[in-house]
Amino acid sequence: MGEMAIVIETVIKAITVLAVVAGMAAFATYIERKVLAFMQRRLGPMHVGPHGILQLAADGIKLFTKEDIVPQNSIKPIFKIAPVIAPASAFTAMAAVPFFPEFTLFGYTVHPIIADINVGILFVMGVASVGMYAPLLAGMSSVNKWALLGAARTVIQLLSFEVVTGLSILAPLMMIGSLSLIDINDYQMGGVGSWLAWKQPLAFVLFMIAGFAETNRTPFDLIEVESEVVSGYATDYSGMRWGLFFVGEYANMITVSFLVSIIFLGGYNPIWFIPGGLAILLKISFFIFLFLWVRAAWPHVRPDQLMWLCWKVLMPLALLNILLTGIVLI
Amino acid sequence: MKASSKIVPQKISKADSMPKHFEASFANRFSKDENNQYIIAQQYIIEAITCLQIEDNFSILLDITAIDYLTCKHECPSRFALVYILRDTSFLQTVRIKTYLHDAKLEIQSISSLFAIANWAEREVWDQYGICFTNHPNLKRMLNHKEFIGHPLRKDYPITQGQFCTKTDDLMDEMIPKLENKGFTSHEDLMFLNLGPAHPASHGTIRTFCALEGETIISAVAEIGYLHRGFEKSCENHTYNQIIPYTDRLNYCSAILNNIAFAHTVEGMLGVSVPQRAQFIRVLIGELSRIIDHLVCLAANLVDMGALTNYWYLFNPREAVYDLLSKLTGARLTNSYMRIGGMAHDLYDGFNEDLQECIKQIQNGVADTLSLIEHNRIFHDRTQDVGVIKAEKALNLGLSGPNLRASGIAYDIRKTAPYYNYESFDFDIAIGSVGDVYDRMMVRFEEIRQSIRIINQAMKQIPQGPILVADNAISLPDKKDVYGNIEGLMNQFKLIYEGVKVPAMEYYNAIEGANGELGFYIISDGSGTPYKVKVRPPCFPAMAAYADIIEGGMIADAVLTLGSLNIVAGELDR
Repeated sequence: MGEMAIVIETVIKAITVLAVVAGMAAFATYIERKVLAFMQRRLGPMHVGPHGILQLAADGIKLFTKEDIVPQNSIKPIFKIAPVIAPASAFTAMAAVPFFPEFTLFGYTVHPIIADINVGILFVMGVASVGMYAPLLAGMSSVNKWALLGAARTVIQLLSFEVVTGLSILAPLMMIGSLSLIDINDYQMGGVGSWLAWKQPLAFVLFMIAGFAETNRTPFDLIEVESEVVSGYATDYSGMRWGLFFVGEYANMITVSFLVSIIFLGGYNPIWFIPGGLAILLKISFFIFLFLWVRAAWPHVRPDQLMWLCWKVLMPLALLNILLTGIVLI
Repeated sequence: MKASSKIVPQKISKADSMPKHFEASFANRFSKDENNQYIIAQQYIIEAITCLQIEDNFSILLDITAIDYLTCKHECPSRFALVYILRDTSFLQTVRIKTYLHDAKLEIQSISSLFAIANWAEREVWDQYGICFTNHPNLKRMLNHKEFIGHPLRKDYPITQGQFCTKTDDLMDEMIPKLENKGFTSHEDLMFLNLGPAHPASHGTIRTFCALEGETIISAVAEIGYLHRGFEKSCENHTYNQIIPYTDRLNYCSAILNNIAFAHTVEGMLGVSVPQRAQFIRVLIGELSRIIDHLVCLAANLVDMGALTNYWYLFNPREAVYDLLSKLTGARLTNSYMRIGGMAHDLYDGFNEDLQECIKQIQNGVADTLSLIEHNRIFHDRTQDVGVIKAEKALNLGLSGPNLRASGIAYDIRKTAPYYNYESFDFDIAIGSVGDVYDRMMVRFEEIRQSIRIINQAMKQIPQGPILVADNAISLPDKKDVYGNIEGLMNQFKLIYEGVKVPAMEYYNAIEGANGELGFYIISDGSGTPYKVKVRPPCFPAMAAYADIIEGGMIADAVLTLGSLNIVAGELDR
């Protein structure tokens, strides 16, 4: 196999991932609206297509054709570039995520991962956290007080919860001894009983909670909560620039769902009679549903309560978990 | 009807109170006029009100208003008079102190040091009548724009004279002294932020100007008047029945209760009480309005907290009530159902079934919402000990209704001065203990339950009978008389063109509105048009207190506090 073949294969994979995940992100907005509507005793989108299924196409057309408004006093280059950072970092992070078990297509073995680097999880988390710059720069370049407040909230929230994410994942990594997501997946090959969630329940819960904060979901959706900071960093954005933030957010949600499934819930290993590919799809569907379910059920916290939760509750617990894991391993 | 034996004839409440200490120490300095108002010379006003407040326990200032006697038919000592309406802490007595102002110099001492609410009330009087209050901390316009010239409620201000005002008030004249009081001489580290008038959580057009340190509110100033449309001036140019549609627009979340409050006050002036069946219908529809008002307040408050699902759980039953109201009154929001002396028409056939369906939906909605939030830690953390108003302070601020009851004071006009047979219904007053957002919300949840109890009892006891006072000078004649004989036609014509003639008097009466004491102070000169109408909107004192309450909290707390006080811009700005 020549180098050219690898390049072509990677390009095809990258385009596939981009297309599929972007499609999933768009579809997730439809699912979100329908699931929330169901829980809130209303219908949700109903008018465009059967059961409103074409609503997302209509939304897409609307976003693309809307006037692109750039406020006069904003810092224009940054204002324009900021929305691109969000989806860019979210999609780049997916390069190291193994989505499915490897399979054979026309006699050619496909590894459904763009780049199997041996520090996969570090890469995913590192690149995903670059996404923080999108709301931060957007908020600061808008020259709008609400956007500024939103940006400030972004920094405190995402930065703080990076710590929890990192620390909570450290304990499982100590057990596995590898940073490659494929290795983490293979570690849990022995069926449901070998899932890391059973061995590291605390890490699992902490990672989940941090995931809600990192993806800006209720009860930690403080960055752009309407009733307090109007629309946060996105106050001055409209049209597709605003849409890009949205795509990034949903892509992040999908990434986090993949990560939780791979690290804690046995990844794409087959369960009983369910093949691995389907198993992981079911898992991430469950987590996306969980995100929506929580949104429908709970109010959100106040920024200072969020900080209290992060630094006084979750971080000590994560450290304790590492300590305990260390003692057990020795 | 068996149940009607329990019903005590309704008293038309008169201010027959006796503040003993006041009467003793001011023995030869006051006189009482035919409206039971104490007339006091201008120079004694501070002394008199202090005496009432401290020795006679009249520690609630309901309202301050002025009267312009320019076009009055009878002789008056001077053109302007001021009226102070006070209530004692047993909530049974109301006194009105009236003082005539010297024409040469329209000035009187401010009582804002005695009552917190006097600050805003006096500003409103200055704004509307141009009466100056000396020693007032910040005498500026309240409802009208700062560029406005003249004083619109003066009788010589033409109702048609509009003014075009554009300049925004930066409110720094209020903000800087406040900040200096707190020790902030430099403002460089603070961020100034306008919460409203177009903020998503301001629920209407209310502006709060905040000085922020991070997200903590160091100091706040509130500005109202964005929805001011001159309700009181309009009233002076319409007949009593024509005013009823205007009252719909006061607290538009419970339009019926405003209808009732106004009609009830005018009926008190006429010295009539509406027939039993009409009273029961007013109780039924009024309590239903109270429920939907509380539903709006709670749903909006929960949405501000991010608990979006509850919005539909609470608004769907409200929708059902609106369907019922539209079937009954012909309109969903602005019902205009009441008339002076009764109401537009009787209940329709099958009303009870619709009502029971509504009640079932309300109960389900409330139960569903409570199951989501009652034991939710996030909800508790967000609402408990947030926006606290202590009982003593709440009284001094002039709060009433659920906001006051949440602070632990069991004051409900339906209990202290029952009207429409409220004394015969079995219901409880819900009170809180701390006076925070949580208490205010939970008091409203409980009041919904109590209102359902009242509705169920009223529906069982409702008698048959007329729904209008049988008096040709008040109620419109039957249509068959209007078309059938000349007396009926003349009767209709006179009532429509001249209005219900109300005897000349100055009268205050209040009912328990959805968010507190909804009072009307009406002056009649004997014609079919009121000489003056002053509303005492229950959320005016709450809004006056709001800016101080939110200081020290965060933006997120301020939003919840505003929602829980249930400020309705329609009645606040009039």
